[in-house]
Amino acid sequence: MQMSGAEMVVTALKDQGVDTLFGYPGGAVLPIYDAIFQQNHVRHVLVRHEQGAAHAAEGYARSSGKVGVLLVTSGPGATNAITGLTDALMDSIPLVCITGQVPTHLIGSDAFQECDTVGITRHCTKHNYLVRSIEDLPRVLHEAFYVAQHGRPGPVVIDIPKDVQFALGTYTGPENIEHKTYKPQLKGDAAKIEQAVRLMASAQRPIFYTGGGVINSGPEASRLLRELVAATGFPITSTLMGLGAYPASGESWLGMLGMHGTYEANNAMHDCDLMIAVGSRFDDRITGRLDAFSPGSKKIHIDIDPSSINKNVKIDLGIIGDCAHVLADMLELWRARRLKADAAALALWWETIKRWRARKSLAFKTSSQIIKPQLAVQRLYELTRGRDTYITTEVGQHQMWAAQHYHFEAPNRWMTSGGLGTMGYGLPAAIGVQMAHPDSLVVDIAGEGSILMNIQELSTAVQYRLPVKVFILNNEYLGMVRQWQELLHGGRYSESYSAALPDFVKLADAYGAHGIRCSDPADLDAAIMEMIETPNVVVFDCRVDKSENCLPMIPSGKAHNEMILPDMEEDLQSAIDAAGKMLV
Amino acid sequence: MNAPAAPLSPYSSALGKSNIETHTLSVLVDNEPGVLARVVGLFSGRGYNIESLTVAEVAHAEHLSRITIVTTGTPEAIEQVGHQLERLVPIHKVTDLTLRGAALERELAMIKVAGTGEARVEALRLAEAFRARVIDASIESFIFELTGNVSKIDQFVELMRPLGLVEVSRTGVAAMSRGKDPI
Repeated sequence: MQMSGAEMVVTALKDQGVDTLFGYPGGAVLPIYDAIFQQNHVRHVLVRHEQGAAHAAEGYARSSGKVGVLLVTSGPGATNAITGLTDALMDSIPLVCITGQVPTHLIGSDAFQECDTVGITRHCTKHNYLVRSIEDLPRVLHEAFYVAQHGRPGPVVIDIPKDVQFALGTYTGPENIEHKTYKPQLKGDAAKIEQAVRLMASAQRPIFYTGGGVINSGPEASRLLRELVAATGFPITSTLMGLGAYPASGESWLGMLGMHGTYEANNAMHDCDLMIAVGSRFDDRITGRLDAFSPGSKKIHIDIDPSSINKNVKIDLGIIGDCAHVLADMLELWRARRLKADAAALALWWETIKRWRARKSLAFKTSSQIIKPQLAVQRLYELTRGRDTYITTEVGQHQMWAAQHYHFEAPNRWMTSGGLGTMGYGLPAAIGVQMAHPDSLVVDIAGEGSILMNIQELSTAVQYRLPVKVFILNNEYLGMVRQWQELLHGGRYSESYSAALPDFVKLADAYGAHGIRCSDPADLDAAIMEMIETPNVVVFDCRVDKSENCLPMIPSGKAHNEMILPDMEEDLQSAIDAAGKMLV
Repeated sequence: MNAPAAPLSPYSSALGKSNIETHTLSVLVDNEPGVLARVVGLFSGRGYNIESLTVAEVAHAEHLSRITIVTTGTPEAIEQVGHQLERLVPIHKVTDLTLRGAALERELAMIKVAGTGEARVEALRLAEAFRARVIDASIESFIFELTGNVSKIDQFVELMRPLGLVEVSRTGVAAMSRGKDPI
């Protein structure tokens, strides 16, 4: 079929099942915007900054399991999207980002709004293309979707010069697009899976440590994980990115692990004799001090990315494959071989875990005078429980409190910037989630610092009547920075006080949203209910305790069994040694 | 370009304590624009070392290029290098020729030597002993072409230094495993 390059873009999106596109027009993408204007298959959401488009596409992708798509212009359009692309690369989110480029004959001439998009994005995408000829465009468009979602997912950039958008060519559909080189292995090695289940049957102190890979693998992986945990009776913990794969109400759940994970999860990781890592990558927030990381355990690692295995931690048994495939095979083998966990050893192990749990590491001192941030998240959880709710976050203390005190029962319900730690992620991500789930309750748990990084997206939410709720835990500090300054720098709070904050209620009003302020614990429930029941965009300015620290915590440079618990807060200043101080 | 001494950090991996080795990797890639930048960028971005790198198209119809990289690092780091290279979408195959053992390595060098009298005669004599070819000569200079493994070329260059060495151009290592099988 003969059509222009711009029409090919829109046709390929339709053929790939894309219904929503986030973007911002500009000179180098005008032909594509013209093609969008003349069709009804793909809905375009006009963001207010290209970073917002990337995060919105991430939220859309993470909550729906589909590929998120964004469209931006050349030069600043592309460079503004970089943070979102990097975020998606770190958290393995499938994105296709279409960027306009100056016409091919101007490339390299420092033309207006020219930048070397493929050069700049080479390091922050899974793959990228500069399409110099209309003949290559249909193949590249479909290949980009293939690459974005196969194997370990990630962002793919397609840079299309303006003359290629105008050029006429023959369109071919997504059928028979087979990639020449990129063929990730899905099925795990049978002999290794056999070895894995044997190790599981003889383990005395086993633990499942699961991550975002289980969510990426799809709902089937979460279902199989739950079955395998039930069949074995092993305890399970998860990374920040993996929350919801196993339900927080499940009886084997230990809570999140890592720097702000629970005492029971981290101690169980430290003392286990068998670790079964599924779709997790032994990130430094998880492992703490590497040479003291789970010293006595055999480690099984299931991951679709061979480079994840043995990257940070020595693995005894690496199984390369998709989580769902490998978990299905493990479960089948566990049953076929009639394997049983060592019941006596497991009972002892659970006894130990219960003692750790009794330390109540997430406890905090309540107050009748002032809203504790943990309480705010707890009340939000209780009052939204049972509803069809999706949570996004920004980055900082509020993010950790959300991970600790909001409990997830299902995958794809929790959108947060884990690897890159991008402040400003939550509001645009919430917009993306709300586009994918128009009738659900979408709450961005935010901090007053982060929210100001992409506050302009309130305008997008209002324009498209996307009733997202921005729940700001406002402590007037860049709280995590303040906490680290208290820990490491003698309480010298250099530049971490949020002076000259806007009046968030008036700000909401200015954008055409609804503003709520609450500073009294007695009013909190009613205010949260008002937020939930308001059909419009809501900005909730929740004034919380300014000096609250996010605990428990593994101080940097320390091991899993050297946590600071809330009742040890006075030890904070001496918790980190000189070497630990060097770390982030 | 040797690896810097590992910094003492509590996050330093226990993996990082083994010996530094030199390995030769053979990487078969789609010959598309930017593929070399991807490979080189991966090395700089992740802090791996490149001792030598050569690249050229080896199968025109199939658009295949072969990149030969000599890298140094711990065995674990080099294993990571291989896996990280495999993640790049246009890469067909990564083979660690050093791990496979018995690989042949050759490098070509051009060496310009200027001088007169006894030094000039001595340079020519040594070139013959090394089986270097004279590919350019003037009254005051030679350019030698020498093919061999890295140490042979290193040795020849050192011998030429006192005899009027002007400049050296080396191709970097090309490598292949012995026997009938492809990589």
